[in-house]
Amino acid sequence: MRFGDEPAPGAPLPMLPGHVSPGRFERVLRAGAFAVTAELAPPDSADPNEVYARARIFDGYVDAINATDGSGANCHMSSMGVCALLTRVGYAPIMQISCRDRNRIGIQGDILGAAAMGVCNVLCLTGDGVQAGDHPQAKPVFDLDSVSLLGLARTLRDEQRFQSGRKLTQAPRVLLGAAENPCAPPFDWRARRLLKKIEAGAQFIQTQYVYDVPLLRRFLQQLEDLGGLDRAFLLIGVGPLRSAKAAEWMRSNVPGIHVPDALIARLRGAEDQAREGRNICVELIQEIHGLRGVHGVHVMAYRQEETVAEVIDRSGVLSGRVPWFPTRDVSPQSSELAADKVAS
Amino acid sequence: MYRVRLWSVRNARGLNLLYRALENLLVALRPLAKLVGGGAKLERPMAAVERGVKGFMFDCKMCGQCVLSSTGMSCPMNCPKQLRNGPCGGVRANGHCEVLPDMKCVWVLAWEGSQRIPGGTESLQRVQFAVDRRLQGKSSWLRAVRERVAGATQ
Repeated sequence: MRFGDEPAPGAPLPMLPGHVSPGRFERVLRAGAFAVTAELAPPDSADPNEVYARARIFDGYVDAINATDGSGANCHMSSMGVCALLTRVGYAPIMQISCRDRNRIGIQGDILGAAAMGVCNVLCLTGDGVQAGDHPQAKPVFDLDSVSLLGLARTLRDEQRFQSGRKLTQAPRVLLGAAENPCAPPFDWRARRLLKKIEAGAQFIQTQYVYDVPLLRRFLQQLEDLGGLDRAFLLIGVGPLRSAKAAEWMRSNVPGIHVPDALIARLRGAEDQAREGRNICVELIQEIHGLRGVHGVHVMAYRQEETVAEVIDRSGVLSGRVPWFPTRDVSPQSSELAADKVAS
Repeated sequence: MYRVRLWSVRNARGLNLLYRALENLLVALRPLAKLVGGGAKLERPMAAVERGVKGFMFDCKMCGQCVLSSTGMSCPMNCPKQLRNGPCGGVRANGHCEVLPDMKCVWVLAWEGSQRIPGGTESLQRVQFAVDRRLQGKSSWLRAVRERVAGATQ
C-alpha cells in the first residue's frame, strides 16, 4: 500500500477524516486491507542498532510492529524506548502498555510522551504476573486493569484531560487496542468480554496465539450473535511452533496458550519439525484469512523472527501488497529485493 | 477462607438478596445514625464489622468500593492482578488462576455466580473504573448508603 502523501520518515502522515491517528497502521486497517503485524522481541541491550536489526527482519511483510512491554514479566528494553527508535525511521510501532509495572501517573505520562514521539498505536494490556518472569521478587503494581487503562487512554485522547481532570494542551492522537484470548476459559464470556473492551475504547484487537480454529469460529459466532462483528479490527495471533517439545513446553508453561493434541502429534510425526511448524502456521493463516470478522493476523515468532517473512509470503495474505519499510520507496527494486530475501 | 468463598459464590443469589435487605435497613436507620453523631462516627465500627463479615465470607480485601453484587459474589480483589473488569488471558484450561494454580480464577467464579443473580451477567458488562486507592480500609456499606441517599435527593 503506497500513500500519495507519504511524509519524510519519522514525520507523521496527514490525518484523514474519520481517523484518530496520523499513523499508517490505522490507514491500512481502514482501507480494508488484510493487515499483518508482528512482535519484536526487545533486546537485553542499550544498543539502538539491535532494535533496528530486529525490525529490519520484517521489512516488506508487516504493517506494524508490536513493541512488547516486559512480556512474560521478563526484563528487556522498554516498549517506550523501542517505539522511540522505530518512529525515528518511520516504522509504525504498536506500543504495548502493561499494567504490571506502572501506576496511572506513570502510564498517562508515557502515553503523552509516546504520542509526542510519533507513536500512533497503543495496545492496552493487563500484563503477566511477576511470578511468570525473571524477577519474581518484584512488586506487581496493577493499579489499573486493561479495561480501565483503555478508558483512561480514551479520556486523554477524546476529552483531552488527565483522569484528574487537568487539561492537556494537545491530546495524544493514538489508535487504541486491546488483547483477547478466545482459547481460555470462561469460553462463554470471552466474546462479551471483548465487547466490553470495545465499549471501553478498543478499536483494534490482537489475540493470544490461536491454534484451535474451531474454538476461534465459536468465538466469532458468539461475537456475531452479540452484534459485535466488525466493531473493532480483529487481528488473530499466530506463530510457528518450533517442535513438538517446544509446543508442549509452551502449553504447560506460558499462561493462556492452548495447543490441541492433534497439532502436537502432527509435529512429532514430521521429519523436519520446525518446517512442519511453519507449514501449520501458513495453513492457520490461510484458514483465518477466510473467516468473517477477521481483519488481519498478528505474528508472534519469539526467537524465530526470521520465519515471519516466509510464513506471510507463503500464506499469500498480502496479495502482492508490500507494506511500507524505510527503504521501500528509495529504489524501485527494493520490494523485489525483499521478496528475493525469502526465496534465497 | 477459600472454601467459604466458594460457598458464597454457590449461594450468590441468596447473599445478594441479603445484601439488598441490609442496604435497605441501613438506609432506613439513617435518622438513628444522625443521633449518634452521623456517618463519620460510624465509619470505624462499621468498617470493623464489614471487615469481619466480608473477610470471612468473601476473603474481602476492604478496597472500599465493593462490587460483589456485580461480580457474582466473587471478590475481584482476590485476583492477584486485582482485575475489576473480567478475566485475563492467562486462565488455565481447568479454570484456575495463572498466578496461583491451586485457586480457581475469581472471574470464572464470578461468571458462575453472576448467572445465579437476576441480571447478573449484564452487570458484569458494566465497565468498572480504576479503583480509588484512598478508600482502602473504609466501609463500602456506608458509602453505598450515602450514595443512595444522595442519588434520591438529587
